[in-house]
Amino acid sequence: MDFTSLSFTDVSRSYGRRWALNRVSLRCDAGEIVALLGPNGAGKSTLLAVAAALLSPSAGSVRYGEHDAHGAHATPALRQRIGLVGHDLYLYPELTAAENLTFYGRLHRVPDVERRVDAALERAHLTARRDDAVHGFSRGMRQRLTLERALLHDPRLVLLDEPFTGLDDASSLALVTRLEDLRAKGCIVLVATHDLEIIDGVINRAVMLRDGRLVSLAATGGSLRDRYRRAGV
Amino acid sequence: MQLLEAAWLVTRKDLLIEFRSREILYTTLFFAVSVMLVFSFSFVREGVAVEGAAAGILWVAIAFSGTLALGRAFERERQNETLRGLLMSPAERPALYLGKLAGILLLLAAVEVIVVPMVAVMFQAPLFRYPVLMSGLLLTGTLGFAAVGTLFAAMLVRTRSRDVLLPLLLYPITVPVIIAGVRGTAALLQADADLPMARAWLSMLVFFDVVFLTLALWTFEAVMTE
Repeated sequence: MDFTSLSFTDVSRSYGRRWALNRVSLRCDAGEIVALLGPNGAGKSTLLAVAAALLSPSAGSVRYGEHDAHGAHATPALRQRIGLVGHDLYLYPELTAAENLTFYGRLHRVPDVERRVDAALERAHLTARRDDAVHGFSRGMRQRLTLERALLHDPRLVLLDEPFTGLDDASSLALVTRLEDLRAKGCIVLVATHDLEIIDGVINRAVMLRDGRLVSLAATGGSLRDRYRRAGV
Repeated sequence: MQLLEAAWLVTRKDLLIEFRSREILYTTLFFAVSVMLVFSFSFVREGVAVEGAAAGILWVAIAFSGTLALGRAFERERQNETLRGLLMSPAERPALYLGKLAGILLLLAAVEVIVVPMVAVMFQAPLFRYPVLMSGLLLTGTLGFAAVGTLFAAMLVRTRSRDVLLPLLLYPITVPVIIAGVRGTAALLQADADLPMARAWLSMLVFFDVVFLTLALWTFEAVMTE
């Protein structure tokens, strides 16, 4: 299964009586990096979870290219094409870096998994720590490892929730370069972040959520931080 | 084939983690042994065990320690949200269920390897007189209990009061399994073993296993989606 766009149409999602998303409509195309901005609790993580088919929308629809699928209807083929870095890192602390990647790689049926894991550890600068249990890693090392976990199976749709958390300057720059590579490969990248200065130069556009609704953000006129401030956050 | 491969990956991962931490094994084993010791003070008088007590004590130890193992096995997946990592994978949901179930079954089997001989010694129970039938009862009884328990533990993993809710939901549903296990074991342990009765309870356990496994495999995807 392949797709070249991700579309949300009037997507709403409630938790009890609280609406985390309220009639959100958004389209992202292949080869595009879209920043998802907004204050804490605005609904960014919920939107990413809906895009990752982990949550079904309470109303509205999500389309992956021509495929209308979400939540319980997400097929294994669709899940194979999605990579997610969430707030939590989805890593097993008792397993080593190599074991974590190998486990997820095999679960995603990645061919030649050992070679791919070695290459991923190299990119994450964790080759020397490949056989160390993850519980001994710093937050930044875990973040680098989880990014490789999410990208190991060459996903078409890459969803990143605060991917710069814990990363030092060099690792942040490496991630920016990685995002550019993903765009060049034609991936759809959706990044929820507060690190506006870092992503300003790499994104194609930014959208903003507030109280579960998409609000307008000027496309031009100053830095991303300035436009974000002018939007009233 | 892919289903079984994915299930084995999950089981192997769980066993590797348990091999490193030994957390669930030691906790459940300690709990099961404690339960037996407490019961032995009540049901063994002047070195002689009360007739028929051993079967009940064995299954209470398995059920209680099994509940502990179920809770911990899914708590691990919750702590770092690794359950989401599993759900994001293209593996079929039933494969994830079967993988977790197999891991829990193997852990409980390890506990039973210690607990069964201890019950045999402490309560003078001839548990090894009919090893094939006894193994059959233990296997099918544990499978039935773990099949329902794995489903409920997965279902409750995100709820705040999961530690309270798991036994509240699990025990009423698995009462038939525990009763069949106790009665089947008791039939084997009595002085003049009632083999037809033990076989009848074993058949009942096989029936429960088929029903519970089918229902769990059928509902697991829906349960895990949200």
